Amino acid sequence: MKQVFTRPESLKDVSTHFCPGCHHGSVHRLVAEALDEFGIRSETIGVASVGCSVFLYGYFDVDVIESPHGRAPAVATGAKRARPDRIVFTYQGDGDLAAIGMSEIIHAANRGEDITVIFVNNTTYGMTGGQMAPTTMPGQKTSTSPYGRDVSKDGAPFKMAELLSNLGGVAFSARVALNSPKNVLQAKKMIKTAFRYQVEKKGFSFIEALAACPTNWGMNPLAANQRVTDEMIPYFPLGVYKNTANL
Amino acid sequence: MQTTTAPEKIFVKGNEAVAMAAIEAGCRCYFGYPITPQSDIPEYLSREFPALGGEFIQAESEIGAINMLLGASATGARAMTSSSGPGISLKQEGISYMAGSELPGVIVDIMRAGPGLGGIDASQADYNQATRGGGHGGYRIIVLAPASVQEMYDLTMLAFDLSDIYRMPAMVLADSVIGQMKESVTPNPRPQVVLPPKEWVVRGRAAGEPQNVVKSLYLGDGEMEAFHWKMQARYQELADRECRWEEVQTGDADLIVTAFGSTSRIAKTAVAMAREAGMKVGLMRPITLFPFPKKAYAQLSERCKLFLDIELSTGQMIDDVRLSIARDADVAFYGRPPGAGSLPTPEELFEQIRKHYQARA
Repeated sequence: MKQVFTRPESLKDVSTHFCPGCHHGSVHRLVAEALDEFGIRSETIGVASVGCSVFLYGYFDVDVIESPHGRAPAVATGAKRARPDRIVFTYQGDGDLAAIGMSEIIHAANRGEDITVIFVNNTTYGMTGGQMAPTTMPGQKTSTSPYGRDVSKDGAPFKMAELLSNLGGVAFSARVALNSPKNVLQAKKMIKTAFRYQVEKKGFSFIEALAACPTNWGMNPLAANQRVTDEMIPYFPLGVYKNTANL
Repeated sequence: MQTTTAPEKIFVKGNEAVAMAAIEAGCRCYFGYPITPQSDIPEYLSREFPALGGEFIQAESEIGAINMLLGASATGARAMTSSSGPGISLKQEGISYMAGSELPGVIVDIMRAGPGLGGIDASQADYNQATRGGGHGGYRIIVLAPASVQEMYDLTMLAFDLSDIYRMPAMVLADSVIGQMKESVTPNPRPQVVLPPKEWVVRGRAAGEPQNVVKSLYLGDGEMEAFHWKMQARYQELADRECRWEEVQTGDADLIVTAFGSTSRIAKTAVAMAREAGMKVGLMRPITLFPFPKKAYAQLSERCKLFLDIELSTGQMIDDVRLSIARDADVAFYGRPPGAGSLPTPEELFEQIRKHYQARA
């Protein structure tokens, strides 16, 4: 019998610590598939961030640098400048990238560093137990916004794919979701485009992946998946926000 | 017959000597942020690196710069950053992560007065920040204290080697006087040092090679504790092998002045004045502040029972001197909180020497 579905070579044969219904695993898989399909696993350096994504090195079968909270784009910048012949990607959550690491992401993007940033937006700090994130939605209750995010005091959620698309150094910026087979296939295409741009040395590429966090949202996996469809996608529209190939 | 000639002397600023030594040491990655009084270093390297194929980035912040250093070092490249007080404080996060990840990397700290924005004048008030690690988690870094422009050159080169050998960050700790003054320097070629292979670097692994991970997260049972004991052993190795210091006329001294960096230059003049006045006075100048030359101090204190510690601060190195010398030896202190007008004159230090020399038991 022909085997048609296997573990990507770029992923290790281990169980993850991710909760049931979490989309991190799907994003991991798509990134690994992209590395496999371009045949770049042996040239790749991953940069892990702080949060649920910190264990990147436990799941990806590539060399990994663990970065301080929010600093992954700066760490990746140093690695890429020192080894321009390598493929360097960061993998960051919303608290990491859009709060404490806002300066590093904006400047790495603006410099047009030849790196790929995978940004997982689940509207909460997952690892620390569901606190309000820079992408927490208006009215969303979290452990530090128990009455719901008050936009008049907390500000509105950052829309990172749109924000970065305004910067000169960005070659590709897109938002994807993992809530349906169709969107997973689309996400795969976008992630591959992002890595292709790096392979072709076109500049900074950015993928924002909307992701479910059932545990911290207090939902079962199906309900969390439904929330991505019903609440997140209308607020954070999917699509390509910048593609220098189209300019 | 082939003859080798010594390199011609040049007349440069301390900060420029640091940048030149970094280039000679093979550093081709520099990440920094403007702050007085160290901006000559990024200015020099931004000018010289393009022709050498080096990577210069003026980072978005000191935090950005230290993390670029972390990333470049993780690939095995020789890399450097430089800053001063407020910027060095920002870098502490990254330095702690580098220490936790056993990463080399050179950090140049041209101290200025503080706390806060303080002032741009010479200071030695960041001795504790440098020698105690500076960031969270209980670690140390190598700290070298140049007292001349020549030493700015030589110790920067040494910092790269020690950092690579012991796999920990190394700091060149100077101040605005040493950084800004011009002296003649012999730009010595990079010494031939056998360095351990960097088998741990991230490089993108070929089939069959082990996965390399540069990280500071230790969650496994006993892992974190084991890391700390391993580092303690490494610090001991450093102390056993790498202590450096300078002694001037300590052999018969009844009072030994001790100071580092720019202060030791003034102290050296004051010691010469005291000798001329017939006082048996010497100078002990630590060059490595971590590892601190404890044994050398202990040996000196077997014979000489009075030390006079002079610092451009209210007293920080004095703690290390106290911990190093024999129980029956004393340390007097003369310190000047840093800032404009605080730099003591040789005459002032001579007065201090005379006072303590005459009052000694």
